[in-house]
Amino acid sequence: MSFFFEVLLGGLLAGVMYSLVAIGFVLIYKASGVFNFAQGSMVLFAALTFVSLLERGISFWLAFVLTLLAMVALAWTIERWVLRKLVNRPPITLFMATLGLSYIIEGLAQSLWGAQVHGLDLGINDEPFEFQGMLLSQFDIFAACVAGVLVLVLSVFFNKTRTGIALRAVADDQLAALAVGIKLEKLWLIVWTVAGFVGLVAGLLWGARLGVQFSLSLVVLKALPVLIIGGFTSISGSIVGGLIIGASEKLAEVFLGAYIGGGIENWFPYMLAMLFLLVRPTGIFGERQIERV
Amino acid sequence: MTARNPLLTLEHISLSFKGVKAITDMSFSVAEGEICALIGPNGAGKSSLLNVINGVYQPDDGIITYDGEIRTAMRPHHAAERGIARTFQNIALFKGMSVLDNVLTGRNLKVQSSWLEQAFNVGRAPKEALVQRQKAEEIIEFLRIQPWRGSLVGGLPYGLQKRVELARALAAEPKLLLLDEPMAGMNRDEKAEMSRFIVDTQREFGTTIVLIEHDIGVVMALSQHLVVLDYGKKIGDGPPEAVRNNPEVIAAYLGTRH
Repeated sequence: MSFFFEVLLGGLLAGVMYSLVAIGFVLIYKASGVFNFAQGSMVLFAALTFVSLLERGISFWLAFVLTLLAMVALAWTIERWVLRKLVNRPPITLFMATLGLSYIIEGLAQSLWGAQVHGLDLGINDEPFEFQGMLLSQFDIFAACVAGVLVLVLSVFFNKTRTGIALRAVADDQLAALAVGIKLEKLWLIVWTVAGFVGLVAGLLWGARLGVQFSLSLVVLKALPVLIIGGFTSISGSIVGGLIIGASEKLAEVFLGAYIGGGIENWFPYMLAMLFLLVRPTGIFGERQIERV
Repeated sequence: MTARNPLLTLEHISLSFKGVKAITDMSFSVAEGEICALIGPNGAGKSSLLNVINGVYQPDDGIITYDGEIRTAMRPHHAAERGIARTFQNIALFKGMSVLDNVLTGRNLKVQSSWLEQAFNVGRAPKEALVQRQKAEEIIEFLRIQPWRGSLVGGLPYGLQKRVELARALAAEPKLLLLDEPMAGMNRDEKAEMSRFIVDTQREFGTTIVLIEHDIGVVMALSQHLVVLDYGKKIGDGPPEAVRNNPEVIAAYLGTRH
């Protein structure tokens, strides 16, 4: 039984790592109703910039701040040269734009900093420690705490402030949002900056785990089932979704793997997401849109 | 002259989309506190004109004077800041939000506290939230939509949605209110009710209103000033009775059956 809980807890903690990536998607989806295909590239861009600065002898916090500034500059550029031109276009247009952006950012990151693999040491011990007879990863616990703080801060920001309400308004109807005096440009800049910040945090944690390299941008694929289960519009949903995915994939791997073969972990989340789509297409916390036909 | 000061003056406004003229050399004034109706067949340029007034479109040519300020280019949120609120022909509400939240977004520009104050609910934020809420509730009561204040807007019947949209516009305490077909698709009772709300708005708040409406009976009863458009040109302008007897208007619009 203790083994079961060890697997469960390990899975939950791993799931939080997915949530970190998913939150970035939720932010942009809330502001423009669009799945931001470029989120993975932003994670890569942030991690690569940070680690390259670090390797040039810049201190941790200075590198963090500089990378953050780079993310703000990136957000500004995207808003100014892409989003602003696409006000009031259908979501599919915006989605295609993020697809293009994804490749541009990826290319930019690698032409700036090179394509080799970098190790990233955040100074957190990744050796497991024992807790009540269970082996847990210190690193995962650290990541979970970071995610917790991040969610708390973002929830307060988006639920209690005018920016949060404005965000929901913009996602629903851009023209009407403009007419009530919401500054779309400013809002988009804020959201993309915050998404860049979340990307940076996710990039650091994932980078420390997998190494900073191109495949970091593929981590986002695991965020997809998280989003489907948690709902595209809810920050807390992406945490719950992450926990469900993390726990279920590990449990499936360990307990089902013995019967139907290993490697379940890789496809189980997608199957779970598909089942969710059948039962609850908006996800657990997603907003239910009522559309009159 | 008993004429009040003009709040809005358009002079020689022209607008075209890729060479297709939508509005040609349009000039007229809207006096402060009046209800001015724009009428004309479909495609006459009425909605385009509203979009020019609130900055969605920039005219190719011409001068707009609003509230004593001459403006050339203006963006919609700037228009909102200067007290222009509007509703849309195809309802543009925030469907995933409640009626109250929709009305509250209308008060977006009245918020003074910073996001930090709001996040921690300190400083100006708590008192302000109370005032905002109170103002929103006043408007909701004014338009008699209290029973639905907590409902999601997307699920409400069409007529009510139109009213919520009006409520959101009124929440901004506008000086100039633009209504794009506020009664489209309504039955007689609903139209009468909406007309009352519009007249009450003018009386109670002194709001200047420019509206587009097809029902000529409603327009005659409601407005003090009529502007008739046809093919992007102005063909009639004046008090309703005078316009009604203008032969050109009769030929283009009033005389024809729809």
